[in-house]
Amino acid sequence: MTLFKKLLGVGLFLALVLVLVPWLIERSGRWDFYYTLTSVALLSIASAGVWLTFYIGRINIGQGAYALVGGYVSAILVTQAGMNFWLTLPLAGLFCALLSVLIGLPILRLRGVYFAMVTLVLTEVVRLTALALPITNGARGIVNIPLPTELSLFGLTLIPDFGTLANPKLAFYLAAVIMMILSYAVLYRIVHSRLGHLCRSLQQNEELAASIGVNITYLRILAYSISSFFGGIAGASFVNISQSIYPSSFQVVDSVNFMLNCFLGGLGYVFGPMLGTLLLYFGWDLLFTTGKYQLLIYSSLLILLMLVLPNGLLSLRLSRKAKQPAQASPDKQPSGATP
Amino acid sequence: MNPNPILEVDQVTRRFGGLTAVNKVSFTVQPSEILSVIGPNGAGKSTLFKLISSFLHTSEGEVRLKGERISDLAPHIVARKGVVRTFQETTIFRAMTVRENIIIAHHLRAKASLAGYFWGSAAARQDQAAFARSADEIIQFLGMGAIANELASNLPQGNLRALGIAIGLATDPKVLLLDEPFAGMNHDETMHMVQLVQNVRQERGITVLLVEHDIPAVMKISDRIVVINFGEKIAEGTPEDIRNNDKVIEAYLGREDDAIGM
Repeated sequence: MTLFKKLLGVGLFLALVLVLVPWLIERSGRWDFYYTLTSVALLSIASAGVWLTFYIGRINIGQGAYALVGGYVSAILVTQAGMNFWLTLPLAGLFCALLSVLIGLPILRLRGVYFAMVTLVLTEVVRLTALALPITNGARGIVNIPLPTELSLFGLTLIPDFGTLANPKLAFYLAAVIMMILSYAVLYRIVHSRLGHLCRSLQQNEELAASIGVNITYLRILAYSISSFFGGIAGASFVNISQSIYPSSFQVVDSVNFMLNCFLGGLGYVFGPMLGTLLLYFGWDLLFTTGKYQLLIYSSLLILLMLVLPNGLLSLRLSRKAKQPAQASPDKQPSGATP
Repeated sequence: MNPNPILEVDQVTRRFGGLTAVNKVSFTVQPSEILSVIGPNGAGKSTLFKLISSFLHTSEGEVRLKGERISDLAPHIVARKGVVRTFQETTIFRAMTVRENIIIAHHLRAKASLAGYFWGSAAARQDQAAFARSADEIIQFLGMGAIANELASNLPQGNLRALGIAIGLATDPKVLLLDEPFAGMNHDETMHMVQLVQNVRQERGITVLLVEHDIPAVMKISDRIVVINFGEKIAEGTPEDIRNNDKVIEAYLGREDDAIGM
């Protein structure tokens, strides 16, 4: 892809999400879509993290744990320390990254299904911890979290107070979308820089990676902590939009969904989890009209998709190119996640 | 003999439970030498290899590179110090092209930090240009120009071995450990590989230590040979010495009285 085409793609995408979507919503009066799309944007950040752990060859079904931890860190700092939400956001991410180093050190030695099983337990562990601890207020959760306040630097307002805005829904939407764009820009740079190349080497053969001098333990921890950082900021933002957090805000099923988003969009494509989150979120809602058959149709469709398109939905778009003998760029190679 | 060997294997022992796979093996490797370790199946060659590259830890004894202990370190640190192994199985990065395989193997030569690569710093761009140049050099050196952009998973076995050596060379090693480089090859392929390994030593001055089954190839390629049986060193010397060594003949063909006893 030429640079021009890339820039054009980015420009079109920005115009779509920052201008066209709000315009359509204003015109149609479907204000509820703001909340839905804000959720999709934030959940896709958490999915981006899961995707990065896939990139080092690990199946991560524990992102819900970090989303929950990030949410609680932010909620507690805002309600009890009176901190500005925008400052708690990076702190929540960093706390999760740090926590994931401690958790990752022992469990990242595991591979394949064993790692997946352990991560599956993590969400439940965090939920039960949140139920038991006094600071998280148990099952009653933390409610009435104030809206994000003004963030200013040297008297210059960077982000206005959401409480005073005429249309906070639009503000939340724009904030979430910008965060999503930044997250995916970071992910894209990671994948296309040496860190990403080393992650691919890890995914394909850890022994060989070690023998060419790659510190595989360090690299695994680094990738996992970046992944958890994404989970933390996504959870923190989600909690502040819904203005409440309970131990059940993120459950095992959410962790599974984060992973499914990656599968659905495609593990070989950086923007796969973004598309996957959008489709999975709306797909589930659309099937609501089918009543008691919702889960049956939903799961059948997922199984069918995995059978027909094992490399994800984005492989459809790129399959034309793959047939040509021309050199495929590294990220377009459909590659399995498990070592 | 040169009193300053590049690699010293000193009384190295490895036990697995009650089994002693490698028992007090000692030998030295001189700079720019091609030294082969041979022995019947199950003699402990592969274990010895893993001990030298630190993929296994020793039970006793140590391995030294230029006098510095390298045994029992993490494998990537041993690689960093200049002892790099290739693998017996055709271990490569399958979903990358030949060129990508070689470029990624330049990891140890990187001067820029990971963050530098993320932001695309000047040092990172210099690294990338240098890696690309060096990769082209290696591709040319090993005569892999025609397959440089092939996916590694599509390559036939002979090319995979060459790629394994290319990956090893890209790390800029002092000592290259080759694990059965001729296994499963026909005569022509073997001779081609023998030539490649000799070129590696001659043109790059790299010391080569190899473990191999193929006796004719080993006789042709080696300066010296170490023979191992039941985890112990039974002979060491030039190919000519080894060919005429009674203990070696016995290890490979069995003792005469065994045959009579049956």
